Amino acid sequence: MEILSVLLEWGPYLLGGIAITLGLTISALALGFCLGLPLALGQVYGSRPVRSLIAVYVWFFRGLPTLILLFLFYFGVFPALGLDFSAFVIGATVLGLRGAAYQSQIFRAGIQSVAEGQMTAALSLGMTRWEAVQCIIIPQALRISLPGWSNEYPELLTDSAVCYAIGVAELMTRTSQIVSVTYMTMPIYIACALIFIALNYGGMRVIRKAEERFAIPGFGGKAVQP
Amino acid sequence: MTGEYILRVEDIHKKFNDREILRGISFNVKKGATIVFIGPSGTGKSTLLRCINQLTEPDRGKVFLDDEEITGCGSRISGYRQRIGMVFQNFNLFDHLTAVENVEIAPIKVRKMKKEEAHAKAMEELHRVGMADWAHHYPAELSGGQAQRVSIARCLAMDPEVILFDEPTSALDPELTREVLEVMKDLARSGMTMLVVSHEMGFARSVATEIIFMEGGRIVEQGSPLEIMNNPKHPRTREFLGRIEHT
Ligand SMILES: Nc1ncnc2c1ncn2[C@@H]1O[C@H](COP(=O)(O)OP(=O)(O)OP(=O)(O)O)[C@@H](O)[C@H]1O
Ligand SMILES: [Mg+2]
Repeated sequence: MEILSVLLEWGPYLLGGIAITLGLTISALALGFCLGLPLALGQVYGSRPVRSLIAVYVWFFRGLPTLILLFLFYFGVFPALGLDFSAFVIGATVLGLRGAAYQSQIFRAGIQSVAEGQMTAALSLGMTRWEAVQCIIIPQALRISLPGWSNEYPELLTDSAVCYAIGVAELMTRTSQIVSVTYMTMPIYIACALIFIALNYGGMRVIRKAEERFAIPGFGGKAVQP
Repeated sequence: MTGEYILRVEDIHKKFNDREILRGISFNVKKGATIVFIGPSGTGKSTLLRCINQLTEPDRGKVFLDDEEITGCGSRISGYRQRIGMVFQNFNLFDHLTAVENVEIAPIKVRKMKKEEAHAKAMEELHRVGMADWAHHYPAELSGGQAQRVSIARCLAMDPEVILFDEPTSALDPELTREVLEVMKDLARSGMTMLVVSHEMGFARSVATEIIFMEGGRIVEQGSPLEIMNNPKHPRTREFLGRIEHT
């Protein structure tokens, strides 16, 4: 029962770690969305050079391990740009840029699976291509994409632990610190694992609620079970 | 000539991958006319309709709406498309919007109408096609006939001068076909100018002002329903009519 008193003692510290882990995950998810959707639109509707540029971006960010990307940005890109940001910001940015590459492919598939006739009908009513994309294609593509997109949350949540390597004080970092002070290796890592599982489960519940909220007859996708 | 015709189509040619689909189509449409296009599958009827509102760009030829040339007009085409409605074989209702939202979206987004005004207009058009009770249903919840009537209401909400119908009932069984044809007949009688690709000869007989028989990318014969149906001059027309009567 020593573990309980240790957890009680370090509880607030761990809670802070949970907040930072969630902060990393949600910022990265948001950045990935804000960047991923335009990337997907560019890849479907863009000119050839735009499409090639995006393909290179996706290839780069999906092709490298998160850890290497973190080091490249932490030691290279940010200092080279003269940006003196915290490890948290750099971690969230890298996870977000990488997430954007993945999300863009989810949204691209969503856009491409909107029936061709939807665009034709929109144009025939006098909408411009861009109006049609905004009012007709994107709302449908997002609904189609939601089940696949909901996978991004557990991906990013677990991936965020890699930010340990650049010293972001997130859950994993703090867990290791506690281990090194208390020497209670397994119990504390198990506690950490349980926290990750709980965060995963809770997040998926929220996503499933959102899905019900936006559900429409004819769009029958469901999020993957956690 | 000015003012007599609401739509003029002059010598439209279209190739797809070196295959000539339209080989010089010309005809004129008077305001309030209902022209029915018939012809074998693959003859270019759909392509012709799409060339009129420039969903497909013709290789050669001109289209005039009220004496304004709409071929090669660049970005002004969306303005002309607002004045030319189109109804599709498979409805193409916007799947994420309810019936009434389908009808009001173009007035709101394209004509910048106020929401309440567009909603009232949409309800009026749904009423006209007998779909007001279904205003808050999604396309997935409608029968084919109901969906097609909503798509007609969606056109009407833009107050078009001409409506193009591309086989509006060929995806429907006979019962549903009848309810859609009734709506179209009412429209024709109310003075709407309509270009209809359809092999519903009963419809053609009762409301068409002209029937155009197309084959191989050309107009083979055109005339009043009486002339074409009772006394076709061209042997190809006779043969085709004989064939569709027996299906
Ligand atoms: N975008 C396109 N690219 C290539 N070929 C096309 C395209 N659109 C139509 N075609 C071809 O043009 C020909 C005429 O097609 P169209 O749909 O206009 O005929 P239709 O008279 O409407 O026939 P149906 O009665 O079957 O609807 C067909 O052989 C079709 O395969
Ligand atoms: Mg056709």
